[in-house]
Amino acid sequence: MEFLSYLISGISLGSVYAIIALGYTMVYGIAKMLNFAHGDVIMVGGYISFCGMMYLGLNGWLALLLAMAVCTVLGIIVEGLAYRPLRQATSLAVLITAIGVSYLLQNTALLVWGATPKVYQPLIPLANADGQPNALRLFGGQLSISYMSLLTMAACIIIMVGLTMFTSNSKMGKAMRACSEDKDAARLMGINVNTTISVTFAIGSALAAVAGVLLCSFNPTLMPTTGSMPGIRAFTAAVFGGIGSIPGAFLGGLLIGVIEAMAKAYISTQLANSVVFAVLIVVLLVRPAGLLGKYVPEKV
Amino acid sequence: MKNLKPHTKHNIVTFAGLALVWIIVSVMRGQGVLGRSTTGLLVPICCYVVMALSLNLTVGIMGELSLGHAGFMGIGAFSGIIASQSLLNIIPSVPLRLITAMLVGAIFAGIFGFLIGIPVLRLRGDYLAIVTLAFGEIIKELITCLLVGVDEHGLHMIFNYRGLKNVDDLGLSPTGQVIIKGAQGATGTQPIASFTAGMLLIMVTLFIILNLIYSRTGRAIMAIRDNRIAAESVGIDITKHKMIAFVMSAAMAGAAGALYGLNYSNLVAAKFDFNTSILVLVFVVLGGLGNMRGSIIAAVLLYVLPEALRGMHDYRMLIYAIVLIVVMLTTNSPVARNLFSRWFRFGKKGEEDA
Repeated sequence: MEFLSYLISGISLGSVYAIIALGYTMVYGIAKMLNFAHGDVIMVGGYISFCGMMYLGLNGWLALLLAMAVCTVLGIIVEGLAYRPLRQATSLAVLITAIGVSYLLQNTALLVWGATPKVYQPLIPLANADGQPNALRLFGGQLSISYMSLLTMAACIIIMVGLTMFTSNSKMGKAMRACSEDKDAARLMGINVNTTISVTFAIGSALAAVAGVLLCSFNPTLMPTTGSMPGIRAFTAAVFGGIGSIPGAFLGGLLIGVIEAMAKAYISTQLANSVVFAVLIVVLLVRPAGLLGKYVPEKV
Repeated sequence: MKNLKPHTKHNIVTFAGLALVWIIVSVMRGQGVLGRSTTGLLVPICCYVVMALSLNLTVGIMGELSLGHAGFMGIGAFSGIIASQSLLNIIPSVPLRLITAMLVGAIFAGIFGFLIGIPVLRLRGDYLAIVTLAFGEIIKELITCLLVGVDEHGLHMIFNYRGLKNVDDLGLSPTGQVIIKGAQGATGTQPIASFTAGMLLIMVTLFIILNLIYSRTGRAIMAIRDNRIAAESVGIDITKHKMIAFVMSAAMAGAAGALYGLNYSNLVAAKFDFNTSILVLVFVVLGGLGNMRGSIIAAVLLYVLPEALRGMHDYRMLIYAIVLIVVMLTTNSPVARNLFSRWFRFGKKGEEDA
């Protein structure tokens, strides 16, 4: 029973990582860049929904929509101003610019919201009015799963299925896949590459906002650096599953979450990160392109 | 002078510039022109210059992105501190002890570089980058779990991975001294680092790297970077050459780490995290990949910039971020480049016509 509850907390944490990793992997797949600012978009999403609830008096769901809208716009602006001029530049130049954007977002948040952590109101309160935990009870109350965890898992699955259908069926999704395969050929076929990349960033940032709200609902302290570590974990998750692959990011996120929860429970809290990273290294040695990534041999 | 090769001339100029800076800074310190805070920056700047040079060997010359370079710095720092503190009575001479500590730091970082290099160098591109990031974080956490002390019986070490033990479990004799206290890091270190040692370390590092670049091995490494398959087909051993570059880079980062660690009486392992790796990577990329002189200049300028902006309080990191983005955009975007070349054409008309 103990094992099951660790497993469930791992899966719900992993679902949040998976949502972030989905954004990461979509942007990587199409723009071939490691967007280190992605983690900070999560943080912005958290703050915007926090402000929506605190200052505008919105309920949690409306605040979530507001955060998604703001982050979408933010994603498009950042892409247009900082990344679009560097389309022909080396990947390292883009990487450093992304790091610059990450610093910029963190420090703007520091100026606007201050360094003191904000206490975040979870999307579904952890306890109801009677003081009972808001949770689903199984096996005669031995195992309780909070509704927040259930919501997170459901959100993750819906987003994964939605994105898979979007990229395989819709016109824009097909354009994205075409761009990720060969930008020049896509341009010759009449696809507007810049618009497609903008839309990808918009979707990725909206997902980051969702992840921000969910993350802060689990871990209710909100600081300007809240997004960095989940950002790195999600990046790990995306690589774990095979970067650029949507089911891979989903699988990678879940696995990273479960491994982290198990490592914390059974090995050592201090070394939880190390265990996650060690598993990643072993997986990459056996499968150099990640779990579901395609290994493309070089042709001469 | 005329018979020298162009790159030899270039290198002589670099070394002369370094020596000049060394003399000027020493004179300014002697005259008391530099304030306390500026003097305190000298050793860290030297360390970061060496870090940038060594990372440039991996990223610029070998052509692989490493996001865990601070991990090697951490290994160097803590092994250097352990060496220095445990040799406190055996080697009383400070310069000698500092050199020993830096050598120990370099050797340990080099050994770890070799061990990490075995799996890392099998991968490529972004996968290699994420694995170096992973190793950097693992090293940081492992150091956080270390408890180390020394007494007349030698070194005592505990790997405290469950967080249940404390310094009393080390079993030190009453005269013993605790060197590393787990998450609190190294405390009570005797700070023996000096600016002279820093400048010497920069020069030695630069000398080693430049000699490597223009040697047969260095050319092979760069050939692998430019075209791996072509290099392999002319008989270059890919793994061996990449390993040479990676281990050397790690060892030099270790020496820099030892110097850095011995500059402070307290040091925590959390200092050597992902952000420090990124900081050094920014120096390397802004200075120019493969350009050692550029790395030195970028490291100095970018390390001093946030300190110089200290008067602006909360805005300093914001300004740093904006400077970073603007510099990257202006040096890499084709639009901005055209604009620049148009502006500079007025000044350099004669050259363009010729």
